[in-house]
Amino acid sequence: MQEITRDVLVNKASELMSAGTVDRVLGWMRGEFDYDITPAVFSTEEELKNNFVWNDFCGANFSKYLIRETQKSENKVLVFLKPCDTYSFNQLLTEHRFDREKVYAVGIPCNGMVDMTEIKKANEAIKAIEESGDSIVVKTLYDGDVTLDRADVLLERCKNCKSKKHVAYDELIGDDGEIIESARFDEVAKLEKMTADERYAFWQNELSRCIRCNACRDICPACTCEKCVFDNPNSGVENKAPADSFEEKMFHIIRAFHVAGRCTDCGECSRVCPQGIPLHLLNRKFISDINEFYGEYQAGSEVGNRAPIVNYTTEDLEPGEAVGRGGIDA
Amino acid sequence: MQRIGVFVCHCGTNIAGTVDVKAVAEALKFEPGVVVSTDYQYMCSQAGQEMIKEAIIENKLTGIVVCSCSPRMHEATFRKTAAAAGLNPYMVEIANIREQCSWVHKDIPTGTEKAIILGKAAIAKVNLNAPLTPGESPVTKRALVIGGGIAGIQTALDIADAGFPVDIVETKPTIGGKMAQLDKTFPTLDCAACILTPKMVDVATNDKIRIFSYSEVSEVNGFVGNFDVTIKRRARYVKEDICTGCGLCTEKCPQKKVPNEFNLNMDNRRAIYIPFAQAVPKVATIDPESCTMLKTGKCGVCSKVCTVGAIDYNAKDEFITEKYGAIVVATGFNPISMDKFDEYAYSQSKDVITSLELERLMNAAGPTGGTLLRPSDGEHPHTIVFVQCVGSRCDSCAEKGKEYCSKICCMYTAKHAMLIRDKYPDTDVYVFYIDVRTPGKNFDEFYRRAVEEYGVHYIKGMVGKVSPEGGKLKVRASDLIDGKQLNIDADLVVLAAAIEPDKSARPLATMLTASMDTNDFFTEAHPKLRPVESPTAGVYLSGTCQGPKDIPETVSQAGAAASMVIALLCKDKLTGNPCVAHSDEMMCNGCSTCEKVCPYGAITYIDKEFRMPDRTTKVRRVAQVNEAVCQGCGACTVACMSGAMDLKGFTNKQIFAEVDAICK
Amino acid sequence: MQMNEYKPLIVAFCCNWCSYAGADLAGNNRLSYPADVKIIRVPCSCRVNPMFILRAFQKGADGVIICGCHPGDCHYTSGNYYTRRRMALLFSMLEFLGIERERTRVEWVSAAEGAKFAETMNDFAETVAALGENKRLEDLRCKK
Repeated sequence: MQEITRDVLVNKASELMSAGTVDRVLGWMRGEFDYDITPAVFSTEEELKNNFVWNDFCGANFSKYLIRETQKSENKVLVFLKPCDTYSFNQLLTEHRFDREKVYAVGIPCNGMVDMTEIKKANEAIKAIEESGDSIVVKTLYDGDVTLDRADVLLERCKNCKSKKHVAYDELIGDDGEIIESARFDEVAKLEKMTADERYAFWQNELSRCIRCNACRDICPACTCEKCVFDNPNSGVENKAPADSFEEKMFHIIRAFHVAGRCTDCGECSRVCPQGIPLHLLNRKFISDINEFYGEYQAGSEVGNRAPIVNYTTEDLEPGEAVGRGGIDA
Repeated sequence: MQRIGVFVCHCGTNIAGTVDVKAVAEALKFEPGVVVSTDYQYMCSQAGQEMIKEAIIENKLTGIVVCSCSPRMHEATFRKTAAAAGLNPYMVEIANIREQCSWVHKDIPTGTEKAIILGKAAIAKVNLNAPLTPGESPVTKRALVIGGGIAGIQTALDIADAGFPVDIVETKPTIGGKMAQLDKTFPTLDCAACILTPKMVDVATNDKIRIFSYSEVSEVNGFVGNFDVTIKRRARYVKEDICTGCGLCTEKCPQKKVPNEFNLNMDNRRAIYIPFAQAVPKVATIDPESCTMLKTGKCGVCSKVCTVGAIDYNAKDEFITEKYGAIVVATGFNPISMDKFDEYAYSQSKDVITSLELERLMNAAGPTGGTLLRPSDGEHPHTIVFVQCVGSRCDSCAEKGKEYCSKICCMYTAKHAMLIRDKYPDTDVYVFYIDVRTPGKNFDEFYRRAVEEYGVHYIKGMVGKVSPEGGKLKVRASDLIDGKQLNIDADLVVLAAAIEPDKSARPLATMLTASMDTNDFFTEAHPKLRPVESPTAGVYLSGTCQGPKDIPETVSQAGAAASMVIALLCKDKLTGNPCVAHSDEMMCNGCSTCEKVCPYGAITYIDKEFRMPDRTTKVRRVAQVNEAVCQGCGACTVACMSGAMDLKGFTNKQIFAEVDAICK
Repeated sequence: MQMNEYKPLIVAFCCNWCSYAGADLAGNNRLSYPADVKIIRVPCSCRVNPMFILRAFQKGADGVIICGCHPGDCHYTSGNYYTRRRMALLFSMLEFLGIERERTRVEWVSAAEGAKFAETMNDFAETVAALGENKRLEDLRCKK
């Protein structure tokens, strides 16, 4: 369960709306099911009262939505940001993607979000889900109530949460947390320890499942191009769907490369992938390489940071030295 | 669809020896867009070029591929040929089938096969070529020199000599720079003022040169040939055009206790002052920090004594904007602070001085009138210790000093030692050094004279500590050659402080988008072949702002920079390289990533209004490339994730087409 | 030489100012290297987009090499420094995906290093030939 209740957020939003600080609120609402929470823009207190949701399924990172939302009106929009969302928020500001003046950011603490895929794996015919403290109660059609330990079904990115600290906000609800020494690179390290053949087999298995639905790209707060190269007929690499067996690999390598140094490791790509491909591992590989080759760097930790990939020193390591580092044996 | 002509050159037997040229021409006939494909013995010959021209006209060709030697050899030739036949010169592609094919492969089947593939790649590329026209921009025939030391003075004089107007911006009240503070110069020992001040007068009297002294550059816009520069003229509270420089005010000013920075604070000046007798412009300046009138409104002595009414207590900083075609940076150097080197007791004893302070103490116009006296008690020093490399070549202690060699210290120390031994033969002079470096004309001879004729004690070793004790300076040092510890009771210790670029250089580099190294020296466009140009077109480097230099080197670099400026200003128009980056505004995110990797500052951003399909308008930040500044490296094209940034002549699609043709 | 001997296909991106000139010098000095190496001229090594490299592999290249000016000597002052970082990250990623690291390489070849150019290409071609065909990145449907 989240530490802050829904009502606190609704009251805060209503208060800011009636004070005229903002005229819209970016928040979460129920989708088709209880656990199927979807982003929404609320423009009246009535809507907020009826539809606003804040629970363990509010994984969506709103930073990217601000690009379009701030262009719609001269008035301010309220956005609720979880700690990890604030990094994306800063990164987008670094890239001049929206007008900070048009946003009122409220930082909210986060206890981690639940991974629906994990719950669905263990339970069939889910009717509803209830949260109670550290447990999740899954109400099913055939097996009755199934109680799960919340910690077991958190999203991967939340199990390996990197920061409970907000790096951007106008106002904070609750106490700010700390940056966490997480084990988020362990999975990358595990892959690095495999042989080249094993790694190839692993990725062949994962990436061949890709259906090029573009969900990872569309949700990604770093993928905010006016037009993606893969959609642009003039780019030379346009392809909407994989036309050959290599295309999906090309897509994912290039996508990861394009967000290298800009990816805040928010984990949205893996959260939304309908095929369950661990796409965040590609991004994390770049992050861990950047950290190792060029010094620790966290995208979005401050506005205006210069990413290592658009920087250099005269003493950088050679590409030939780069391979074989980070645990990969010769 | 293009209409492409393919011309395969035999180059005598150079190509035809290992490539079946007829087979190549035949094979390429069937490539997309090709309407004519032929071979000839020497394409670059008069007859070969005529053949190409005729083919272009006859077949209404829109592009040609010449399979021949390296484009580095004859690309320009064939571009001219194409232009002569009315074809855009950038519709020419070369397939390098000599240097990269016939000369490196031994048998005909291999060579022929590869030549065909290279030809196909060139055809694939030319299919996507677009006619390019180099941009033209006018040139403002005026130069700006930033810094009025010997580097700036020489550059300005040389540019003015060619007939172009030049402005010098100098932060100090006078031009002259560090050289004006020096006593004698090595290796000839002529007096610095004797050779510098006539040049300063030349600057003052040259009607092509304007001096903005007591001024600084506050903003730079534009690009090569068309810079707009805003210059801040600090209020000097004295009307420059009226003041005669008589100096009466500087004698009558009651505020007598202002440290005199020209003499490195070893004596005092007044609140209204002229830095030195030969200052240019020779006008007084009021130092607002010390002037009683400006601070409290009570005094006004200078105004009362000024016979021409030049004093203006209400003066304000002024900003002027001027257009320039070229900018020369000559911001010079300063000795580093000795704060971090307290083992030499610089802060503890007045008798530990830097070499520049020694210059003033030996200068006839200095605080002691040219007699070498100890700053503490005014006595003649009998034992003098020179410490070399203070803060230079600091390998392990980079945070304390500099890693580089300051280059001038070995020579000026030899000069100091020699002058002292010459004038005061009863003085013992010790020089502690790591190495003595004397490359330069007559330099080593000069140093050897110091040792052999003047009996200066050169000791290879480090000074560990200097401690003031009973009016003496106890110098503890090691002699590395004899392997001994030395203790010397010195009267004066002179530190050869490392030199560093002036602090104004870093903000200036940002304004100019000129690059700097980690030591804040300006980087040159090429370390060997373009040493006086900055990578930013239209910005040139003169003197120590680029690296440590002595006077002869500075003057020759100043002349070289001037000649580059003159070559630029002689042109009425600048013709650019058309193979430059171009941003597709519809795709651009305005994210500033490309700007970060551009070494030339060629990319700027504007907020542009776009009409949307639903008839609304939307303002978006988009990148714009200044084609006059872009050099066409393509760094931005890879940094750009949306693919909005592309490089004309080497577009993404063209390179993909080449890759595809080769890998087919 | 046998007719059916496997020959690797190698794409070399060479910067116009140093490495392409180095390749020309190799030619001037008649220093041979395998014809499997095909050079694409780019203004600077920093023009090489990772997409070009992947495309080459996709279309059947067995090795891709990027040659640029030595660090510090870039005609455009800093282009090769960016190349160095980009390619270090890209190559490391390809290796992470299980692609043989020997198929990609960056070499700094100056305009005076004709011999180095030829040696580099001989060595690279040999290395790639030893690995055999690139099956991991090539799109088999592209190949007839």
